[in-house]
Amino acid sequence: MRRASRLALPLGLGFAFLYLPILLMVLFSFNDSRMVTSFTGFSTRWYAALWNNDALTGALFLSLRIAAVSATMATILGVLAGFALARFGRFRGRPLFAAVMAAPLVMPEVITGLSLLLLFVAMEQAFGFPAGRGASTVAIAHATFGAAYVAVVVQARLSELDASLEDAALDLGARPWAVFFQVTLPLAAPAVGAGWLLAFTLSLDDLVVASFVSGPGASTLPMVIFSAVRLGLTPELYALATLLVLAVSVALLLAWWLLRPRRA
Amino acid sequence: MSAARRRLLVLLLPLLWMAVFFLAPFAIVLSIAFAEAAEGLPPYAPLLRWVDGALTLQLNFQNLALLAEDSYYLDAYLLSLRVAAISALLCLLVGYPMALAIARAPERWRVPLLLLVILPFWTSFLLRITAWIGILQDQGWLNGLLLALGVIEAPLQLLYTEFAMYLGITYCYLPFMVLPLYASLVKQDPALLDAAADLGAPPWRSFLTITLPLSLPGIVAGFLLVFIPAVGEFVIPELLGGPGAQLIGRVLWTEFFQNRDWPLASALASVLLLALVLPIALFQWRFAGERRR
Repeated sequence: MRRASRLALPLGLGFAFLYLPILLMVLFSFNDSRMVTSFTGFSTRWYAALWNNDALTGALFLSLRIAAVSATMATILGVLAGFALARFGRFRGRPLFAAVMAAPLVMPEVITGLSLLLLFVAMEQAFGFPAGRGASTVAIAHATFGAAYVAVVVQARLSELDASLEDAALDLGARPWAVFFQVTLPLAAPAVGAGWLLAFTLSLDDLVVASFVSGPGASTLPMVIFSAVRLGLTPELYALATLLVLAVSVALLLAWWLLRPRRA
Repeated sequence: MSAARRRLLVLLLPLLWMAVFFLAPFAIVLSIAFAEAAEGLPPYAPLLRWVDGALTLQLNFQNLALLAEDSYYLDAYLLSLRVAAISALLCLLVGYPMALAIARAPERWRVPLLLLVILPFWTSFLLRITAWIGILQDQGWLNGLLLALGVIEAPLQLLYTEFAMYLGITYCYLPFMVLPLYASLVKQDPALLDAAADLGAPPWRSFLTITLPLSLPGIVAGFLLVFIPAVGEFVIPELLGGPGAQLIGRVLWTEFFQNRDWPLASALASVLLLALVLPIALFQWRFAGERRR
């Protein structure tokens, strides 16, 4: 047990490093002063100011819409890809398919953003679609890297579950499509849900790719925050951060509950 | 319908999507790198043009030549590689003890502890950087604390320094290091350590000869997961780093958004892409092959 206690210190310090900045933000979102540095008294006026900040709330709702659409597209793509990677064994071209599905996870955002923008411009020149850039091009871009994350989560989950239930259903004469929708998908449901949430938060968080592929009039939340931060910090941003931390904590607890191991 | 057909049908949608929205864009970036900047939108001249009634391919090598000649760009690449490597090492130093502690924790604690590592990653990255600006700025929380404790007389310049940039990158990428390290550490058989202890090895020795070498795949995976995206990092050097921290992501951003030189930005991205694809391919080939065995 001495080993464990020796490791507790670096773990505690690591968590302090991760959480102290977030705690400071939460604390100072309730600060009465406009100064973001010294705490003068408790107040919720920055939450009211946030509510009345049309640029921020408008961008928030746009980002939520894009995130919901792109996460749903990413989930459809990612479930198919994850299913193929986990259940098809070794098929021709599998290493390449796996590499292409995994590459968006590490691709630097400036490359993804620039290359997708050039694609959209070339497509518009060639086919007239997409006409101009905005929420829809951002959603397509986010669905692409979101799909990679969903595929990883779904593949991991399906690899854990052995295929005997699906084989049994096939032996009993169920059609392959019915097996997929009635056996595989329900078994993978927690991973599908977690994957959707992951794609959703990644979309909500993306600044760089959205800056490249978005158009006039479609500024997402991170784009608005980025230009606000460059002008200087305000406690409103801390209030926004606090609300996001709260929302994400609830969502993550939900995901944990969905993914918890169950003894059947 | 045959099994092979069904499989193809499942693969078709993700395959097509990734081909159109992930692979094709790279081909376009590579080709625009050879285009000539021009007025208008898009601000580059087409590669295929009608010259004297014949369709001719016009390749412009000046963008790539500029990258090779102007030391500004070469320096940016080298600085990016250095910053990414040092950041990945810092993540390893902070993340390894954390991952080890979680892997050795009682089983029911592991998932909650891992979730605690991931949770910050799920909250807005930009707002967490904002928190560090609040901590590090001249009138910030850290300077305030140090002044109040009497450690320093005047505020230190912490924000817009290399220190702030490394801190920010380490902070943001730490989960990418901890997860693969944990995955490889938790698989290790504890009996190996017991055997080493029985044979008289002190803990540091069994760590160096058993735990560390066995976790090498995790270290490599974590290092690449931090290193590769960090090479192209834009936001953290821009918001926390000094004006001298001209990393390649920042240079590309400036060429694209401020100078509107799309061909040059494409050339910068192409070179970066080729420099990164090689290690990814190597990693895939080396470790994917090992896992299958």
